[in-house]
Amino acid sequence: MQHGKYRFIVGFLAVPLGLYALFVVWPFIQSIYYSFTDWTGLSPEFKMVGFDNYKRMLNDDIFWKSLQHSLLFALVLPIVTISLALFFAFMINVGGRRRRGGPALTGVRGSSFYKIVYFFPQVLSIAIVALLFQFAYNPDSGAINSLLRGIGLDHVQPLWLGDPGLALWCVMAVLVWSTTGFFVVLFSAGMASIPAELYEAALIDGASRATTFFRITLPLLWDTVQSGWVYMGILALGAESFAVVQIMTTGPGGPDYSTTVLVLYVYQKAFRDGQAAYATTIGVALLVVTLAFAAIVMRLGRRERLEF
Amino acid sequence: MKTTETPAPLPAEPGASVSTVDVPVPRPGRREREGTVLNVFSHGVLVIWAIMVVMPLAWAVMTSFKDDGSIFGSPWALPDRLHFENWARAWTDANMSDYFLNTVLVVGGSLVGTLVLGSMAAYVLARFDFPGNRFIYYLFIGGMSFPIMLALVPLFYVVNNMGLLNTIHGLILVYIAYSLPFTVFFLTAFFRTLPTSVAEAAFVDGASHTRTFFQIMLPMAKPGLISVGIFNFLGQWNQYMLPTVLNTDPDKKVLTQGLVQLAVSQGYKGDWSGLFAGLVMAMLPVLGAYVVFQRQVVQGLTAGALK
Repeated sequence: MQHGKYRFIVGFLAVPLGLYALFVVWPFIQSIYYSFTDWTGLSPEFKMVGFDNYKRMLNDDIFWKSLQHSLLFALVLPIVTISLALFFAFMINVGGRRRRGGPALTGVRGSSFYKIVYFFPQVLSIAIVALLFQFAYNPDSGAINSLLRGIGLDHVQPLWLGDPGLALWCVMAVLVWSTTGFFVVLFSAGMASIPAELYEAALIDGASRATTFFRITLPLLWDTVQSGWVYMGILALGAESFAVVQIMTTGPGGPDYSTTVLVLYVYQKAFRDGQAAYATTIGVALLVVTLAFAAIVMRLGRRERLEF
Repeated sequence: MKTTETPAPLPAEPGASVSTVDVPVPRPGRREREGTVLNVFSHGVLVIWAIMVVMPLAWAVMTSFKDDGSIFGSPWALPDRLHFENWARAWTDANMSDYFLNTVLVVGGSLVGTLVLGSMAAYVLARFDFPGNRFIYYLFIGGMSFPIMLALVPLFYVVNNMGLLNTIHGLILVYIAYSLPFTVFFLTAFFRTLPTSVAEAAFVDGASHTRTFFQIMLPMAKPGLISVGIFNFLGQWNQYMLPTVLNTDPDKKVLTQGLVQLAVSQGYKGDWSGLFAGLVMAMLPVLGAYVVFQRQVVQGLTAGALK
């Protein structure tokens, strides 16, 4: 297999690697470099300013607000989404009525129907989902408030996205709505591969369903839960939160900066305010937060791998 | 919408706590009662979430057939008649047809490019030993966990300097570049699982490496290509952040951008029913494709996370 091997390797790698280096790797390296300059993005001239951008960032109230919101996203969203998804997946897979002579634990009737429906939001663009919910949240004529009026709650008419105390939670709710189904399907697939004998043995020993879940299902599913956790956190810090916040909230960034997140702030500084260098500085902070998040989850979640 | 569907505590189980204490082998009667309560409870919860998922979508479809007055007057009322003219207006006046065409061009080009280039790189990385192999592999993989927005600031100027800003082919190249990390990751693992003997036999028979790859290995890798292809198709079709930054020319907009643009400009024009028609128009093809190719889509989208 040696004949012409290197020529072949170079020939096959050159284009993909070149494209990747030019459009992905090189910009990443550049942006770290730019964070030490005073580049505006508008003119090609700039000079090195050392750590000035970083000092400015530490004194920037909006930066701290964005960081706080992004951290909240990365903490709350995976916990809520993954707990909900685990619960639904467990119900789908073992919540069924026991049929005489059948296995000890069965899925609910229509489990494949639930899985199909729950997955709907996953195939839609987050931009479309955000637009849809922006209308639903509309305080005067939106679907949610008129539903509340319809069931007699005339005095409960929140401003939703217009209320600084509520807007961030509204945005997070949309992300939960759109991502839970994916994890239900993912965890269901994992649960289906756990051998039924394990469940049967536990039931014969008199274990309740709760015990079964925490002692059998969760430990055997742990690897999937952990990688799902990292995946969800990266989404919550990055592209998904950008789309929902940018599309749904006024400003964008919400009333009184109540929904601004790091990724949106990078975008606004670079492409609205003409402060490209400062934007890359905030981007570096976002990079640090993302990598730290992934490292912490992998570290905390590390446990002996169970073979089954 | 409500997300107060608290996950804990697990179902109320009347017999459970007792049975763990006193009976090592539970009597069937008690177990069955527990099963029934649990069954009702789990169905209840599952149905509520299913309604919460479907309702916003059904509401959007319904709204797209209403006139502007009743959209705001009574959001939950059924349309007085089916206003198909909303759809026609959205398609022609609101430029939905252009947005569709742009999206099809961009996604078509980048999907083919991603699969061809991604499988070439993955094959070489999976099957050949050479200095730097591991380094290049991790360079690709690293792209999956980095925040793309950080790179987008300089990328805007890189693309601009190359004269590719606001062009379809420029957007295609960028889509391919940002789809490569996952594609290479997934396909490298896939090529490793394929048997080596077939390729070796072809090689002994005098086929070149290139020919072996295109005529033997690629056809064998078809299931993997389909999975990763669906994953990339949805990701690229639904992409919002990349075109928002790199594609600001109104004539070149893709669907997601176009709809957001439409929503903003409806503030002045007030054609909300047209906007809803546009939204549903963009939703239906992917939802329809998903229902038809349900199994493959789920496999494609969950494949990466299960590795």
